[in-house]
Amino acid sequence: MQPDNHDVDPARTATIEAYADTVVPGAKRSPDDRAVAGAALGGGAVAAGAVELLEQPGGGLAEALDSMVYTLNDHAAGYATAHGLALDDGVPAFVALPFEHRTALVLELTAPEHPEKQMWVALALFSNMAFDSAAHLTTADAFANRHPGLLTIGYFPPDADGLFRFPQYSYGRALAPLHPQTTVTGDPA
Amino acid sequence: MTSTESTDVVVIGSGFGGAIAAYHLAAGGARVLVLERGPWLQAEEFEHDFKLGSSYTRVFDFVVGDGMSILGGNCVGGGSVVYFATMPRAPRFVFERRGSIGRRMWPASITRDTLDPWYDRVTEALPVTRQSWEKVPYAGGLFAAACAHAGRTANPSPSAVDVDECVNCNWMMAGCRFDAKRSLLLNYLPAAVAHGAEIRPLHEVQRLTRLADGGYRVHYRVVDEEDYRILHDSGEIDAKLVILAAGSGATPVILQRSEPDLGRMPHAVGRYFSGNGERLNTAILDEDKVRDVLGLSRPDGSAYAAYQIGRGPTVASWDRLDGSLPEYERFSLEQLYFPPGLGTILAQVPGATGPSWFGLEKKEMLRQWQSWLTIFTMSEDDNEGVFGPPPETGNAHRLSMQMLGDGPLRYRPTANTWRGWSLSDAAVKDILERDGLARVAPWTNDLVGAYTVHPLASCRIGDDPATSALDDRHELRGHPGIFVTDGSAVPGALTVNPALTIAALAERAMPGIVRAARERGVAVQYGAPAPDGSTAARVAVAPTV
Ligand SMILES: Cc1cc2nc3c(=O)[nH]c(=O)nc-3n(C[C@H](O)[C@H](O)[C@H](O)COP(=O)(O)OP(=O)(O)OC[C@H]3O[C@@H](n4cnc5c(N)ncnc54)[C@H](O)[C@@H]3O)c2cc1C
Repeated sequence: MQPDNHDVDPARTATIEAYADTVVPGAKRSPDDRAVAGAALGGGAVAAGAVELLEQPGGGLAEALDSMVYTLNDHAAGYATAHGLALDDGVPAFVALPFEHRTALVLELTAPEHPEKQMWVALALFSNMAFDSAAHLTTADAFANRHPGLLTIGYFPPDADGLFRFPQYSYGRALAPLHPQTTVTGDPA
Repeated sequence: MTSTESTDVVVIGSGFGGAIAAYHLAAGGARVLVLERGPWLQAEEFEHDFKLGSSYTRVFDFVVGDGMSILGGNCVGGGSVVYFATMPRAPRFVFERRGSIGRRMWPASITRDTLDPWYDRVTEALPVTRQSWEKVPYAGGLFAAACAHAGRTANPSPSAVDVDECVNCNWMMAGCRFDAKRSLLLNYLPAAVAHGAEIRPLHEVQRLTRLADGGYRVHYRVVDEEDYRILHDSGEIDAKLVILAAGSGATPVILQRSEPDLGRMPHAVGRYFSGNGERLNTAILDEDKVRDVLGLSRPDGSAYAAYQIGRGPTVASWDRLDGSLPEYERFSLEQLYFPPGLGTILAQVPGATGPSWFGLEKKEMLRQWQSWLTIFTMSEDDNEGVFGPPPETGNAHRLSMQMLGDGPLRYRPTANTWRGWSLSDAAVKDILERDGLARVAPWTNDLVGAYTVHPLASCRIGDDPATSALDDRHELRGHPGIFVTDGSAVPGALTVNPALTIAALAERAMPGIVRAARERGVAVQYGAPAPDGSTAARVAVAPTV
């Protein structure tokens, strides 16, 4: 399924990006990048394709994103007021928050007692999934495109036919004494 | 559009409980129809691909509950298609457990000794074999070496993987491309089909109603093959006997939804759910220490850095499977692999100063992913899961087109359950943090609650009608002709991987189910050999049936 996001609002995208970047932080794409805070080296969830994954209708969150973006910015504005922070109103409130405050707010929203926890956990889950498994791309394409998440975790690439095989896989020797009560079938007694 | 058909037996679900029943009944001469909500895939369709919509998300199911999430299979073959095929027998003390009910949880007729011949039938059928150290993947070897270093024992676990065919790709959760993993697609199910059973994929059973002649009508909806949120036609099938084997997360929900027509369900339907006391810890190994302290090295010169290589869990430590220890303090530890996508978000940064499961420190931890080792605890929980009112269809409200949904299960771990988890966390630390080998932290329960790949006991067998939904022949109390043969029939946590026990119980139930079918006018006999024709285990159980 293809994402249906031809005329999405840039503020909406920036807000989603800022959330994804809080989950798996990355380097700024350009010096004036506002959504990505630049808190970590290398690509993070945004460069990994979190927005593409979240916008896929099959994922189940795409339809809810408008209202999530609205609610997130509302929470961010409330958070700023509570903490006496003045926000740049040229960008959405969550994007305007400095990285450490974005982090603190995501912690609050995903805490077990938060009434909207499930929705914010789902947003984090998909952001992470874009990074560590590139779930919006075929894995072969992800490798061909040097997907930053798969490269960061050091995921070994497949063979030329797209399948993984590891001919060397074992230390090849006994490394512990067996439990003394092991049965003849190799089971616990 | 609704059409009504009829047959002798409808089997609901095609995992261990369903496949074994379908095989024996079909081989014995009954007309058998298997309804399975998921698709029917073959080896060449199992992709090594994380993309949403690949086999990985088509055959997998992840239902988030309130305090407990369940992972399982969603395809013909059920959990056997996505499982890791580690197949130990449950230790003797498990059958003597009392749990929270103040009496033995298992029926008096079942002990390890009485179940052993039925375990034999399954190990012959799949087959399950004893494993050797020579073929244990790096992660298992590492865990074994760490156990030995800590003065403990470790065992290669019995497995239903044909290791000579296995390429150690660790893609078992997407289905085995190489047919090295002995799923039900290679034994009971094709043998059932050869004997005339019909399997209908993408048929999700919603409820049962009773017929005037004492039989049952099974109501299903056809599931869209790409977007499981979409349900198409409905249909009905009349049967003389019903085998319910939709798995522990779905079987009680179907019964709850059927209650308005069938009448009152036993109290234990949808109660006493157990997550098999599951708990995960992730260790991040110090590669230099692995070399220096444990003396391990790989041909390429690295010490470990091989989390991705292997075939799920291969080595377990059974030191705490000691029947003389108090209940809730016994557990096994197993080295495990969990792929990215599902397997990293819940892992916590050991000693985090900021957020433990996301953010800056988590990203640093992800950089060391190949040096991770996941340790899986299976302990004794307290059967504290309870299912709330059923969702409109199926057993979950589906969020994504595949894989992800939320369901009505509520689970609040008791102090007993926490005792096992805490003791096992401490044991994992003792083994892996010794001499600076690794840094260890448990997975968080704050995001999706506890989690289990081994749901059990939500419709259990027992001798006490107040605390068991089924009698010791697996018949639903008060509803003759409905039998439950899946993991929901197991009385409680097993302290080891459950599929062999689920399968052995299903095998054990078959002579009685065949008898019940005959009493309902079905021309069927018990006595089929193993699916490949082997007869040693059948001969061995003959005196007991
Ligand atoms: C990742 C993973 C790894 C595992 N590894 C191991 C292991 O190494 N060793 C081990 O012992 N166990 C393992 N397990 C657990 C094992 O797979 C299960 O215990 C086992 O499959 C349960 O068998 P069952 O018959 O109870 O149900 P299942 O195998 O879950 O079968 C139930 C079937 O019913 C279908 N169904 C559900 N609802 C309906 C409906 N309404 N209508 C029609 N069909 C329906 C489902 O799609 C499914 O196919 C693992 C599980 C997972 C998820």
